[in-house]
Amino acid sequence: MDWQGQNLVEQIMQIMLLVFAVIAFVAGYVLGSFQMMMIVYAGGVTLTALITVPNWPLFNRHPLNWLDPSEAEKHSKPQVAVSLKKKGTKK
Amino acid sequence: MHSFGYRLNGLLTFSLTILTIMCAIASLSDNLNTPSPSAEIQIININRFQKQPQGNDEVSLTMNISADLQSLFTWNTKQLFIFVAAEYETPKNSLNQVSLWDAIIIAKEHAKFWIHTSNKYRFVDQGNNLRGKEFNLTLHWHVMPKTGKMFADKIVLTGYSFPEEYR
Repeated sequence: MDWQGQNLVEQIMQIMLLVFAVIAFVAGYVLGSFQMMMIVYAGGVTLTALITVPNWPLFNRHPLNWLDPSEAEKHSKPQVAVSLKKKGTKK
Repeated sequence: MHSFGYRLNGLLTFSLTILTIMCAIASLSDNLNTPSPSAEIQIININRFQKQPQGNDEVSLTMNISADLQSLFTWNTKQLFIFVAAEYETPKNSLNQVSLWDAIIIAKEHAKFWIHTSNKYRFVDQGNNLRGKEFNLTLHWHVMPKTGKMFADKIVLTGYSFPEEYR
């Protein structure tokens, strides 16, 4: 999953879970049934999982273009200049 | 969110955290309930009123207990635990509470009931103070929730007394 996809998935996940939590609580309270709240919420969690967890193509629309290995060899890694400062050792 | 396992873990953790919050709010919603319970206890007969060999008084009695506790049930109630206790004062103890009968009510329909019963548990005093003693019968209830805080309350019924002599 590409970065844009990950961002989108995280938002979708949080919003869907919160919305289903509110719907489940209201449904349970109005119907006077704790079990109904749990069922609706469990259904919501499963639906959210199906939408956000697998690597759907819709979340891969902005793929990263990694350099080909041959291109990488041509533009070799820059050398980091290291200067060693020698400190005098104490006797 | 870079891998399947990471997303699944995030989803499960967040969903369970939200579930805890929902359960806390459900428990708080119990405070919105204003119950109006009622109860009546009649002592039909005092079957035995004797002094045990050890010197303690023992009583066996039969009661009619009727109550309407349906308003105590909310959507977040798992069961209602009720018990009847006899309360009286003696020179030795400022308050004696002896549990005579208890029951667990798991459905709102069963919370309006009438029962004719003898005391489920033995009524033994610490001493021999019961002759002619006035006592209260209290119906206590514990509303046990599915999640959250348990509420407990009682109704005190006064005006009962033991006979003057053993029988």
